[in-house]
Amino acid sequence: MNRLILNKIILALSTLSAVIGIGFLFWILATLSYKGITSIHWSTFTNDLVAGGIRNLLVGQFTMALMASAVAVPLGMMAGIYLREYGHGSKLASVIRNLSDVMMSAPSIVIGVFVFALFVDPFGGYNGWAGIVALAIMMIPIIISTTDNMLSLVPTELREAGMALGGSKHKIIMQIVVKAAKVGITTGVLLSFARIIGETAPLLFTSANNQFFTMDLTEQFPSLTVSIYNLATYPDLESRELAWAASFILTVIVLCINLIGRYAIRNKK
Amino acid sequence: MGGKLFRNFSFLSATLSFFLLVGIFAILFTYAQEAMHEFGFDFLFTEAWEADEDDEGGIFGGYVPIIGTLLSTLIAMAIAVPLAMGIAIFLTEIASDAIGKPVSIAIELLAAIPSIIYGMWGLFYFAPIVQSTVGGNGVGLLTAGIVLAIMIIPFMAAISRDAMNTTPLVLKESAYAMGATKFEVIKDVIMPYSKGGIIGSIILALGRALGETMAVAFLIGSVMSIPGSITDPTTSIPVLLANNFAEAQDLEMSSMYFLALILFVVSFIIISTAKFYFLGRKVKG
Repeated sequence: MNRLILNKIILALSTLSAVIGIGFLFWILATLSYKGITSIHWSTFTNDLVAGGIRNLLVGQFTMALMASAVAVPLGMMAGIYLREYGHGSKLASVIRNLSDVMMSAPSIVIGVFVFALFVDPFGGYNGWAGIVALAIMMIPIIISTTDNMLSLVPTELREAGMALGGSKHKIIMQIVVKAAKVGITTGVLLSFARIIGETAPLLFTSANNQFFTMDLTEQFPSLTVSIYNLATYPDLESRELAWAASFILTVIVLCINLIGRYAIRNKK
Repeated sequence: MGGKLFRNFSFLSATLSFFLLVGIFAILFTYAQEAMHEFGFDFLFTEAWEADEDDEGGIFGGYVPIIGTLLSTLIAMAIAVPLAMGIAIFLTEIASDAIGKPVSIAIELLAAIPSIIYGMWGLFYFAPIVQSTVGGNGVGLLTAGIVLAIMIIPFMAAISRDAMNTTPLVLKESAYAMGATKFEVIKDVIMPYSKGGIIGSIILALGRALGETMAVAFLIGSVMSIPGSITDPTTSIPVLLANNFAEAQDLEMSSMYFLALILFVVSFIIISTAKFYFLGRKVKG
């Protein structure tokens, strides 16, 4: 009987771990929603940070994340295309693929330090461009890996059919292969966008933060996440409430983008 | 014509990761030179972090943040590994599809929550609990370690689950047909079969925990001293960088670059080991 009892114990413990995991998710989401919703006022969205709102922070965070995507998505996709369509099977492609995988897990704070050395220090101060570069560096490896994986799922026959029609290589890639992998790549782009929009560490000393509304990327640039970090540590109640409101909104944005991404994959299947 | 251009552009984009990695290493190494010359290997074992009054020199050592990073990661791993394995086992062998799917999605959503949210939540909700049950100030090694564990569990569980799922059904069925219990199938069939993926997921999570900044920044206490007990506040490399990097000058700044370089190189080694030795190309982190 001993082994049957042991079996029960282990299965019970495994189930318990799953319950604990889910428990934490609900605990975090519940406290976040409660604190967030009770701290949100209409003025939270209409005022800038200087007047107790997050309007400029939302605009700033989205501006930086979108600009970073505008750089990272084409570069990452082109790199992924090279790895899968041109360099496939070559030694060079496999080295690059591995390096890009390593880049994907590089500590984000180190990327912040690197960008500080290149784009903040020499230019005399924090600026929005530096924040964009830092986010783009975080995003590129994720896009490369998604593109690479999604292109690998496209059947070779499609490429051969394109060739049989006399299509040139880059036309086959763009008009047949990438199109076939469109859904997967879009999902990857959405998920990586969700990841960088919630990043704080790479922005701390690149874009830093700004209390005022600005679209001037040569200045310190407003950031939602950096503001949360600052606000949470202030002793006054109002700052703390604003930090909760901002955290709640950030989480809603990130989880929504994630769910949309997942939904897109499911529909395809 | 267009084809050639397209190909060259895609090739250049592909080489970008290489140049980024080399560039990061080169920049950190260059800026860390001053501290390297001044302190050499002793940097790793020097406890002091004091600027002279004229702000030009001083003694800077990485011992405290390095120990803080290692200890908080160790606590996180000690908690996360058993829980993540449990979740992975639950998802592959115990849960029916109707339960397993939503649990899987929930675990993946847990992984998507930005780290700063874990930090906020940990500071205002979890730290007081640690304070009232274990003692201390609330912020410190233990709190940072536990919240760090909660952060890396979903990631570790998801990769382990994928690895366990690759076990061929035939193998499992043969064992069940011999009268094996679920636990015996897990221990003697699934674990040996997916060992590489599981170890890989653990090492990859270890790399994440070492480099995690925001969650730990809220919770570790940011004090430059060696913790005397598990609830004492201390600091870690990413946290020290997050809080003090931008204000530092000269030799102190260079010491910060030195710390960033150490973190970068250590993560590089850990991640490469996980990827190439254990995971092959099958699993993504």
